[in-house]
Amino acid sequence: MALRMWASSTANALRISRSTNNSQLSLTRCFSSVLDGLKYATSHEWVKHEGDVATIGITDHAQDHLGELVFVELPEIGATITKGGPFGAVESVKATSDVNSPISGEVVEVNSSLSDSPGSINTSPYAEGWMIKLKPSSPTELNSLMNPAEYTKFCEDEDAAH
Amino acid sequence: MRGGGLWQLGQSITRRLSQTDKKSITRRCFASEADLKKTVLYDFHVAHGGKMVPFAGWSMPIQYKDSIMDSTLNCRENGSLFDVSHMCGLSLKGKNSIAFLEKLVIGDIAGLAPGTGTLSVLTNEKGGAIDDTVITKVTDDHIYLVVNAGCRDKDLDHIEGHMKAFKAKGGDVGWHIHDERSLLALQGPLAAPVLQHLTKDDLSKMYFGEFHILDINGAECFLTRTGYTGEDGFEISVPSEHAVDLAKALLEKSEGKIRLTGLGARDSLRLEAGLCLYGNDMEQHVTPIEAGLTWAVGKRRRSEGGFLGADVILKQIADGPAIRRVGFFSSGPPPRGHSEIVDDQGSALGEVTSGGFSPCLKKNIAMGYLKSGSHKAGTKVKIVIRGKSYEGVVTKMPFVPTKYYKPT
Repeated sequence: MALRMWASSTANALRISRSTNNSQLSLTRCFSSVLDGLKYATSHEWVKHEGDVATIGITDHAQDHLGELVFVELPEIGATITKGGPFGAVESVKATSDVNSPISGEVVEVNSSLSDSPGSINTSPYAEGWMIKLKPSSPTELNSLMNPAEYTKFCEDEDAAH
Repeated sequence: MRGGGLWQLGQSITRRLSQTDKKSITRRCFASEADLKKTVLYDFHVAHGGKMVPFAGWSMPIQYKDSIMDSTLNCRENGSLFDVSHMCGLSLKGKNSIAFLEKLVIGDIAGLAPGTGTLSVLTNEKGGAIDDTVITKVTDDHIYLVVNAGCRDKDLDHIEGHMKAFKAKGGDVGWHIHDERSLLALQGPLAAPVLQHLTKDDLSKMYFGEFHILDINGAECFLTRTGYTGEDGFEISVPSEHAVDLAKALLEKSEGKIRLTGLGARDSLRLEAGLCLYGNDMEQHVTPIEAGLTWAVGKRRRSEGGFLGADVILKQIADGPAIRRVGFFSSGPPPRGHSEIVDDQGSALGEVTSGGFSPCLKKNIAMGYLKSGSHKAGTKVKIVIRGKSYEGVVTKMPFVPTKYYKPT
C-alpha cells in the first residue's frame, strides 16, 4: 500500500490503539497470515514469483487496516509498471489508498473479478484477492524485498513506532 | 454541520504525502497527539476498543471494534451512542438574548416556542456561513446553542465581539460556555425506548426539535430530540462527572444493541441523511442559500433582514443562487471531496464536497456544488476521479429517508 494509507487517520488510529491497549491480541491476529513463499514490500504488497510471472496483491495486514473495500482500480493489460510506482488504488468506505508495485514489469493479467467483489481482498488477500500479474522486467528487484519473517518484524516495528 | 472536516483533513494529508517522505509525516502526527484534548470519556473509549484519532484538536474515536460499515448499519437497525463532547454548548442569558442572537443568525429565534430548537447558521457580512448550529429557545431569556468543535474559537470570538458592542449600547445579554458538561448523542430506533428506562419524563410526548431540562440516570441533563444521523434520537448534555455512568447505563439498558459508534460511521450516517459537514459542505464563502438551507431563513427574517449578510442572502432568495448544493449517485470509485464535476463536453460544472460508499444503499453517494441550471434531479454529469470520468446523476437528498419523531 502506498504511503497514503499509513497517513490516513484510520490507519494511525489502529496503530495507536494497538500499541497502547490490546497489542498482544491485535498483533497475533494481524500477523497470523503472513504467507511463506511470498516476498513483501514496505508499502504492504506481496509478490509471488512463479516461472516468468509474478502475482501481486496487498497483505492481510494492509486489508485489516483499511477495512471493507468497496472499489478496486486496476491497470490495463499491457501497461508498464515501475517498482515503487502506483499501479492501482483501493477504496474503503472512507479512505482511498494507492497500491504500489513492489517490482517493475509489464501487466499480463488483472483480476477483473475484483470489480464485482472488491471484498475478496478482505476475505482472501493472498488467493482470490490477487490484483495483477506481471512479467517482471528486472527479476533481481525481488531480492530487495522482505521475506515473511522480515515483513512480520517490519510490521511489528512500524506498529511499535506509534 | 457538526464536526470539523475530518475527511478533508485526511484528504489534505493524502495530497501532501505524495510530495513528501514518510518520516516527516510520522513526526508530524506524533508531535500533535500530545497536545490533543480528551473528553471525560477518553478512557472509556479506549477500554471499549476505540481507535482514537486527532479531530479538531481533540482525540476522538473514529471507530471501535466494529467496522464503519457495520456501525452505520447498526445505527439504523438498532442504535448508536456517540461521544460528541468536543462540540461546544453555550447558553446566552439576559432579556435581550434573542434580539442579540438574531443579529448573528438567519433563523427566527423569537418565533420559536419555548423549549424548541432549530438548525441555523451564523453568517458573516458577505452572507457566508461562519458555522452551522442548533439553537434552542429554552425560555424567552435563555438560549442554548451547540456549535462545531472545529469552529469553537472563531465562533466564540465572533459572538464575544458582537456581544461587547451590544452590551455597550445597553443590551442585556451574557453567556456561559458549558465546559462543565459533556455531550452524548443517542441515535436510532432504540434511542427512545432505551432512554425511557433512565428518566421519568414521558419521551413519547417529546418531538423532534424539542428541548427539556430533566433528570436522566440521576443527573440534571439538557435533552434535545435531534441528531446528525437522520434517525430519531437525542443529544444529551450531562454534567461531566456523570457522563461515564450515563454512557454505561445507556449501553446496558439496550442489552448490547445500541453500540458505541465513532466519527467514521457518524460521517457515513450524516452523508446518507443529506446533512452538511461544516468545513466540507459549507464554508465561509458559501451562503446558506447556496447550501440549500433557505428553509432555515425565517419568514419574518426574510422581510425584516437585520442579520449579518442579509442583503446578500435576501437577494439570493429573490434571484436564486448561482451555485447550489445537490446530491449525486455515481459509478466507479466513491467520489471524495474536491472531485471535479463536468458535463459531457468536459466543461466544469462544480465540485464534490463530501462523498463515499453508502453502507445502507451499497452504492456511491456524494454531495457537492453545481452551477444553477444543471442542479435538477436526474441531470447526468461526469465526476472526475484520478483523471478518469465516471457517470453521475443529480439526486434528491436525503439519500436514506429520515425518521425524525414528529407528531402525526
